[in-house]
Amino acid sequence: MKTIDKRPKLSRRGFLAASSGAAVGVALVTSAGVVSSPSGAWAMEVTALKPETMATLIQFARDIYPHDQIADRHYAKAVKGHDEQAAKDAKHKQIIEEGIANLDRLAVEAGSPNGYSDMGWEADRTAILNQISSSNFFQTIRGNLVVSLYNQKEIWPLFGFEGASADKGGYITRGFDDIDWV
Amino acid sequence: MTAPYELNDDSVVVVIGSGAGGGTLGNELAQKGIDVVVLEAGGRHEYDEFTNDEWASFGQLAWLDNRTTSGSWLVARDFPNLPAWIVKAVGGSTTHWAGASLRFQEHEFKVRTTYGEIAGANLLDWPITLKEMEPYYDKAENKMGVTRTNGIPGLPGNNNFKVMKAGADKLGYKECHTGRMAINSQDRDGRNHCQQSGFCFQGCKFGAKWSTLYTEIPNGEATGKLEVRAKAHVLQIEHDDSGKVTAVVYADADGNQQRQKARAVCVAGNSIESPRLLLNSASSKYPDGLANSSGQVGKNYMRHMTGSVYAVFDRPVNMYRGTTMAGIIQDESRFDPSRGFAGGYEMETLSLGLPFMAAFLQPGAWGRSFTSALDAYDHMAGMWIVGEDMPQESNAITLHGESKDQYGLPVPNVHFDDHPNDVAMRNHAYTQGAAVYDAVGATRTFPTPPYPSTHNLGTNRMSAKASDGVVNAHGQTHDIKNLFISDGSQFTTGAAENPTLTIVALAIRQADFIAAQMAKGEL
Repeated sequence: MKTIDKRPKLSRRGFLAASSGAAVGVALVTSAGVVSSPSGAWAMEVTALKPETMATLIQFARDIYPHDQIADRHYAKAVKGHDEQAAKDAKHKQIIEEGIANLDRLAVEAGSPNGYSDMGWEADRTAILNQISSSNFFQTIRGNLVVSLYNQKEIWPLFGFEGASADKGGYITRGFDDIDWV
Repeated sequence: MTAPYELNDDSVVVVIGSGAGGGTLGNELAQKGIDVVVLEAGGRHEYDEFTNDEWASFGQLAWLDNRTTSGSWLVARDFPNLPAWIVKAVGGSTTHWAGASLRFQEHEFKVRTTYGEIAGANLLDWPITLKEMEPYYDKAENKMGVTRTNGIPGLPGNNNFKVMKAGADKLGYKECHTGRMAINSQDRDGRNHCQQSGFCFQGCKFGAKWSTLYTEIPNGEATGKLEVRAKAHVLQIEHDDSGKVTAVVYADADGNQQRQKARAVCVAGNSIESPRLLLNSASSKYPDGLANSSGQVGKNYMRHMTGSVYAVFDRPVNMYRGTTMAGIIQDESRFDPSRGFAGGYEMETLSLGLPFMAAFLQPGAWGRSFTSALDAYDHMAGMWIVGEDMPQESNAITLHGESKDQYGLPVPNVHFDDHPNDVAMRNHAYTQGAAVYDAVGATRTFPTPPYPSTHNLGTNRMSAKASDGVVNAHGQTHDIKNLFISDGSQFTTGAAENPTLTIVALAIRQADFIAAQMAKGEL
């Protein structure tokens, strides 16, 4: 029994926006304190971190847990907490700003003059991540992200996970034993 | 009718903890007309408050007080302040457990005799035999409504089980079925049957899975002889000049200290808190902690040899639908040293929701290798492997030298290193688990490392001789006759089986012993 559809659900308006040719892409800094998607489908206000830092952080988050079926806005939502924490905690702000600056520095050394987000191939960015994966910065971001990304209920259908079932009476009549190939 | 008892009433038996051990013992004593106060550190959440949301439930139920870790186990690296995934709530870890209810095998009560000496292992025979335990296993199975006992049918197999069963059949395994589960396969004891909702670890919202929260505890309260105080976090057990325990000091819901007098004290706070409490209760008379003349309090910490095997298939499984632990392969639980290790292990289906799968499939992993596995989440099947680990004296709960909890008491440190026997068994189990799935066409398998411990055992172990352990065959401490241990910390060794049924059986047996001792004027 198929109870969910793994394809992203787009409203007509969302679909039109997505088909404008820029549904996927590096987050942009569009104005002071605002990071948004190239298509304009979402935007996020940044208060403590530099908007450029947040834009790179979103790319960094995708490179840690790359899922091509997940739109940037979910990665943005997943790392937004770092801006909120940076506003309250100067040390945290420093960890993030310095960590992202270091990412860009390593990217420049690797031949990408415009920094980390400008590296075209994921494999090149991953090579940078491998250099820093044991750092406090990387572990702070990853440890937080593994909860803040995968705990977003909106993305569960993209993995075929149906979430809470008790409110629907469990799966006793909804396919708990519907496997047809063993 | 809940019985209220006065703090200065020294006729009550105080039970610390309300899980499989404490909740059962409290009810059993109350049924015999004995006055009982159960002190539970956590709050009381009835089952309609449970949530099908892994992280939210974790926040609601898990024991999150600070703990530290040391040793070479991966948990110390990946979850340094979460050595165990257990519960702080009325019902204890019976709210969270999966429900597997297996008796120990005869030889597992006498492993020192059966296995011989194993270097580095602090092996000891239990001072009880299977034969002595059988009547109590009978009572426990009936009380808990264990499937495949007492004429109760097995649960229906879900998708995850069907994959396991197909693989087991192809490998020639003979003992694969939907388990002996304390989950109602039909309405029983005033409780629902399983609605195959999944989320067993988050507390059963239908009450189909046995938990002391909605069986033992209300049954005990109905006698008028049992009072459960939630949010009563025990700090210390006090004793008199003769050495007998006399009272328990606890912090109440408002953080105020209270002192409940006691005729006897039964400790059932799980295998980290129970020894911690004995150690934190050190006095001039007992400078090494209560009941610790053997030096074994906190030692021999066991967590079962565990791990998981997940597998991806080219077609959908949807393993998360239905009972979490939906089936078992028991063929490897035998004692057969030709496999290169002593003891045996069980293979039991398991699934996690997407959020916990991300956190636990391969802790710390990142990048495409990891995320492509999650992309196949609904094409995954999974099993947990659980086997007997070796007790080692150096695996221990100790008091942290500096770090203090919210009440100013030293936090527990949990030290664990795998024994070579544990490693050999885990490798064998990883190979066999993958073979089960490969036999049904898995395209990829994952040897997932152990989660934070759910089976915590052995830190106040049972022994025939006072010099070898902390308690006697009835869970009574060798040193103090009105102090008892009533949880899995009294296990001499861990066996291959999930521990809850044995904890419950021991609690029923202990209640008989305490009642008899009281009748004789010994307590």
